[in-house]
Amino acid sequence: MSDLYRELILDHYKNPRNHGELDPCDAHAQGQNPLCGDDVSITMNFSGDDVSEIRFTGRGCAISQAAASMLMELVEGKTVAEVAELPKEELLDEIGVPLAKNPARLKCALLSLGVVKLALHRARGTALPEEWAGFEER
Amino acid sequence: MSSLTTPTALDVPRIRADFPVFEERFNGRELAFLDSANSSQKPRHVLEGLTEFYEHSYSNVHRAVYELGERATAAYEGAREKVRVLLGADSTREIVFTRNGTEALNLVAYAWGLSELGPGDVVVSTVLEHHSNFVPWQYVAKRSGAEFAMLGADAAGELDLEQLDEIERRGRIRLVALGLISNSIGTVNPVEEVAAWAREREALTVVDACQAAPHRQLDVATLGADFVALTGHKMLGPSGIGVLWGRQELLSAMEPFNLGGEMIRSVSERETTWNELPNKFEAGTPPIAQAYGLGLAVDYLTNVGLDRIEAHEHDLTVYAMEQLATAEGVSVLGPPPERRGGIVSFTIDCAHPHDVAQILDSHGVAVRAGHHCTQPAMEHFGIPATTRASFYLYNTREDVDRLLEGLAGVRATFG
Repeated sequence: MSDLYRELILDHYKNPRNHGELDPCDAHAQGQNPLCGDDVSITMNFSGDDVSEIRFTGRGCAISQAAASMLMELVEGKTVAEVAELPKEELLDEIGVPLAKNPARLKCALLSLGVVKLALHRARGTALPEEWAGFEER
Repeated sequence: MSSLTTPTALDVPRIRADFPVFEERFNGRELAFLDSANSSQKPRHVLEGLTEFYEHSYSNVHRAVYELGERATAAYEGAREKVRVLLGADSTREIVFTRNGTEALNLVAYAWGLSELGPGDVVVSTVLEHHSNFVPWQYVAKRSGAEFAMLGADAAGELDLEQLDEIERRGRIRLVALGLISNSIGTVNPVEEVAAWAREREALTVVDACQAAPHRQLDVATLGADFVALTGHKMLGPSGIGVLWGRQELLSAMEPFNLGGEMIRSVSERETTWNELPNKFEAGTPPIAQAYGLGLAVDYLTNVGLDRIEAHEHDLTVYAMEQLATAEGVSVLGPPPERRGGIVSFTIDCAHPHDVAQILDSHGVAVRAGHHCTQPAMEHFGIPATTRASFYLYNTREDVDRLLEGLAGVRATFG
């Protein structure tokens, strides 16, 4: 069995946290991974400078969807600035599976983080890291 | 072709011994490589031939007057002749070397489509097409004011030719673009029938044969098409080499595609004239060694026998479909084995194709997962992606068994 699919990943995949859509919402973004067709859409609300509520919907592989679910728990309640600067390593630590030799799956794992950064960039003008600049090109 | 006699079985162990990749172990096991529709592995005949070519015969072609230049030009043009024979073409003037199948198709779209198409014209592609025979036509139709029409398919993934009547009412049919074998689900399309329909309307047929040329004997005259595209890397050759076959009178009349060195006859400030065929379409230094390598691959395939390869893959396809039918939660897409190439695309109810492919990898089984550059086909089936196993001359029934074993592993994790 591949060690990518440890229990925690499968649990988040089968029982995603903060799954759904906020309507109305203060910020929204969507992103795809053209390689896999993974798709993640994120909505959030702010309370002052905090990300008070966040939800995601999407479809795709277990890694992309479980990572999105884990990211929700990581982000909710943090300040906008904290989330905008959240290093990808923090999400990868949370996922806790070896993706280093698997750059294709790394993109799956980091898709939702890029979408969150894009939503903040659009709603609050925070910086969009180079890594996800492609999300703005259409 | 020997359709009247049953081809003798392949000596697969001996064939596998020609491919160095099978000497390596992946996750501790021999590689079950079921992704040849994506790109094939390479035999020593090609690998060692390329090294020898680079060591003893390499220079640029068509311009070096020294000994090496003559050797390189002879090797490059010799490969063109091998491809001509493979396709049953009349003349090497009809064999254009390109970078890959995609470039061959773009060549026709740009050089023919942009200058020939206009308002009132209809260009037809199909829902099963690889993006490379879909997007260029959609694009040049938009650029030229022509209409782009997509021929649909039925639930089994076979083209619905009855839709052609409705499509014809939209305007003047100028060109039909379709694949001989669908890369994502394996359907063998009725190219001869479609080409005859197009010819009756004085329309051209462009055939993507990338999934067919590696696996069965082709004859461009029998197909009845006007252009046929194929790619080297799927047929045991190197990447970076493709082929466009086109009818000579069409290629002669066409505008050039890429412009620059080699494709000119004379250049002055006022005017430039084009070189003869096929050089007119081979601007710049071509993929010299890659073309030579493709020629070596053609030798290898011809030596084994394409009819035997086709029969072998058919046997594996029948076996795989029987086995997959018994696997819990697995749905195979596409037509029955009689009307498909050596491609079996499927979904499994408990896991996404990428997760399936990842777990199969841990079992030493290589498959492709994704939309296979056929998003309209995926949309047709209402799914985002599939897992695809594809067969070639070096595959065995054991490879299929390994696939099934891996799928049991998928169910153990996700089920």
